[in-house]
Amino acid sequence: MSEKEKLIEVKNLKKYFNVGKGKILKAVDDVSFDIYKGETLGLVGESGCGKSTAGRTIIQLYNATSGQVIYDGEDTQVKKSAVDKKSMKKKMQMIYQDPYSSLNPRMTVLEIIAEGIGNHEVQLKSKEKEARVYDLLESVGLNKKHANRYPHEFSGGQCQRIGIARALAVAPEFIIADEPIAALDVSIQAQIVNLLQELQQKKGLTYLFIAHDLSMVKHISDRIAVMYLGGVVELAGSEDLYDNPLHPYTQALLSAIPIPDPKIERTRERIILKGDVPNPMDPPSGCRFRTRCPKAMQICTEIVPEWQEVSSNHFVACHLYKQ
Amino acid sequence: MEDTILKIDNLHVSFKTHNDGETKAVRGVSFELKKGETLAIVGESGSGKSVTAKSLMRLLPKQNSMIKDGQVFYEGKDLLKYSIKEMQKIRGSEISMVFQDPMTSLNPTMTIGKQIMEGLRKHQAFRKKELFKKAADLLELVGIPSPMERMKDYPHQFSGGMRQRVVIAMALACNPKVLLADEPTTALDVTIQAQILDLMKDLQKKTGTAIIIITHDLGVVASMAQRVAVMYAGEIIETGTVDEIFYEPKHPYTCGLLLSMPKLHAARSTKLIPIPGIPPDLGQLPEGCPFAARCPYVMKVCHSFSPSKTEVSETHSVSCWLEDERAPQVEWIDGAGGSIDERKRKVD
Repeated sequence: MSEKEKLIEVKNLKKYFNVGKGKILKAVDDVSFDIYKGETLGLVGESGCGKSTAGRTIIQLYNATSGQVIYDGEDTQVKKSAVDKKSMKKKMQMIYQDPYSSLNPRMTVLEIIAEGIGNHEVQLKSKEKEARVYDLLESVGLNKKHANRYPHEFSGGQCQRIGIARALAVAPEFIIADEPIAALDVSIQAQIVNLLQELQQKKGLTYLFIAHDLSMVKHISDRIAVMYLGGVVELAGSEDLYDNPLHPYTQALLSAIPIPDPKIERTRERIILKGDVPNPMDPPSGCRFRTRCPKAMQICTEIVPEWQEVSSNHFVACHLYKQ
Repeated sequence: MEDTILKIDNLHVSFKTHNDGETKAVRGVSFELKKGETLAIVGESGSGKSVTAKSLMRLLPKQNSMIKDGQVFYEGKDLLKYSIKEMQKIRGSEISMVFQDPMTSLNPTMTIGKQIMEGLRKHQAFRKKELFKKAADLLELVGIPSPMERMKDYPHQFSGGMRQRVVIAMALACNPKVLLADEPTTALDVTIQAQILDLMKDLQKKTGTAIIIITHDLGVVASMAQRVAVMYAGEIIETGTVDEIFYEPKHPYTCGLLLSMPKLHAARSTKLIPIPGIPPDLGQLPEGCPFAARCPYVMKVCHSFSPSKTEVSETHSVSCWLEDERAPQVEWIDGAGGSIDERKRKVD
C-alpha cells in the first residue's frame, strides 16, 4: 500500500443518547479517523467504551448527533433520496457478534441470504438468486445442502459463516465486523478469522474490525484504534502499536492480556489499572482516562488532550507527548 | 500422596434427554488436586469442564442428571456418598465456588453485606457485631473501597468487576481449602480480568487455598496454573505441568488449540492454523477417540478403539494412539514463530 486511498473519513463524529431526566450519554464523543481502501482497521476497547456505537453510527444504524462520515467522497450523514440511500447501503454491510440472535430463526438460510439480494436487485429471478446463494455458501465454507435448513440446525461457527455470507450477498466494499468471534470457541475463532482474511484478499474488501480481544485484533488488523470512554486515545499501525504503545491506557491494556506462554507470564510485570471505567454519563473533566492513569498530572484534570501525530501515522491523545 | 486434598476418580456424569436419550457429559474423568496448588481445566464449551466442577460440589439438578460412576475424595472421604445435610456443611466452608457471571450469582434483592454474612453465619458462630466486622474485612481484603458503607448496597450498584470481587469474598469467607473458579473472568474486560487474576493469586498466597480454575483462555492458564488438564468431549485427554502442556504438547488437540491462538509477538503474516470441524455431539458419540474426526494425524485404529492413558513423564500423561509403540513414527517440525514453537506432526 504505497498510495493509500481513503475509503472512509470519519470527522468529529459524535453520537449522544438522551437517557431521560435531561441526562445525556456521550457514547461517541468527537472521534476522527480514516479507513483506507483494502485495509483492516481494528477498533478495540473495553465494554461500554463506544466502539460498537461508533461502528453502528458509521453504517447509519444510528444517526450521528454531529460530525461527518465521508464514504468515497460522499457525506453519508446528509439527507438523501431513497435511491441514493439504498445504493450507499449496498456498499456497507455488517457482521454481528451473536451468530444466533442475528439470524431470523423462522427463515431458512436461503431466505436469509437472498433477502438482501432481493432488496437491491429486484430484477433477479429466483433461480438466479438461488444460484447466487449457493455460490456464497460455498465461498464461506458451507454448501448447497445447507440452504434449506434453519439457523437452529447449525453450530455457532456455522451460523457466523451464514452471517458472513449474508453480508457478502450484495457485494459490498466495506464490512463492519462487530465482535464477530467473541461468542465462538477458541478452536472455531481461528476458522472464522482465516475465512475473513481469505475473503478480504479475494474480494478486496475493507474491514472495520471491532473487538476487545487484542491479540486477535493485532493478528487481523493493519492499523488499530484504541477507544476509551467514547474517545479514540491512540491510533497506529498494528506492529507499531504493540511494539511502542504511547498512551498509558494502551500500555495497560497490552500488559493486561494474558499471554499463552507460561515462561513469559512468570517474568512479566503487569501494569494493573485501579478501579473501573467511570460512568460515561458523568465523565471526568479534562482527559477521560486520568482517574485510572498511573501517570496523571495536574494538567490532565484541566485540559482535554489534543489529538496529535507523534511520529508518522502514530496518533495519540495524551499530555505526556505534547510537543 | 499425603498432600492430595481432592481426588476425582473415574467420574461419569450423564444427562437425560428426551426420548430416553442420554448425553454423556463427563466420561471417566480422574485427577488430583494438591494442597495450595492451582490446577487449570481447559476445554471448549460443552467439553464437560463445568459439569465436572458442579458434580464434585453436588450442584447438578437431580431430575435430569446422574452421576453414574466414580468417586470424589475430599481429604480421603467420598463426597458422592454424603447426605444433603453433610454436603451443605462442606460447601462454602471447605470447598467453595466462584461462578462465571457475577450478576446472576448474586441475589439482586439482598444487600451485599447480608449475602456475605449469610455464609459466615451458617458455618461459623459469630456475634452480630463481629459478623458485620468480619464481612467488611472481607470486602476490604478483595479491594473494595469504603467497605463499611458498601455493605448496605445492592448488587446492581456495583460494577461487573466489583461484583466478581464480592463473589470471591463470599467464596473465601470461611477459609475454604479448595476454591473452584468456573470461568471467573470470562464476563469481564481485560483490564478488570487482570485485577481479578491478580487478586486470586494474591489471596492464594495469603490463605494457601488450592484452586481449580476452569477456563477456555490459554492465556489465563499460563498466568495462573501450575498444572493443566485438557478436556475434550467429556474426557481429560492430556494432563501435565504448564510447561509440559505449553512446550511439549503430545495430544493433537492440545497442539491444535495452541496453534489456533494468535501470538502477540509473532509477525502478522503468520497464518492461524485452525482445528477443522466441530466437537462431536455428546448424545451420539462416535466409537473410538472422540477427536478422530478432526484430527490431522488420524489412523485406522482411532475410529474403532479408545486410546488408553500413556504416561509420558511422572507428571505428564496423554490419551492418544500416537503414543502407542505400534504407531508410526511422527515427525515434529519445529518452525520459527513466537515463543510457542509451531508444531506440526506428520504421519509418514
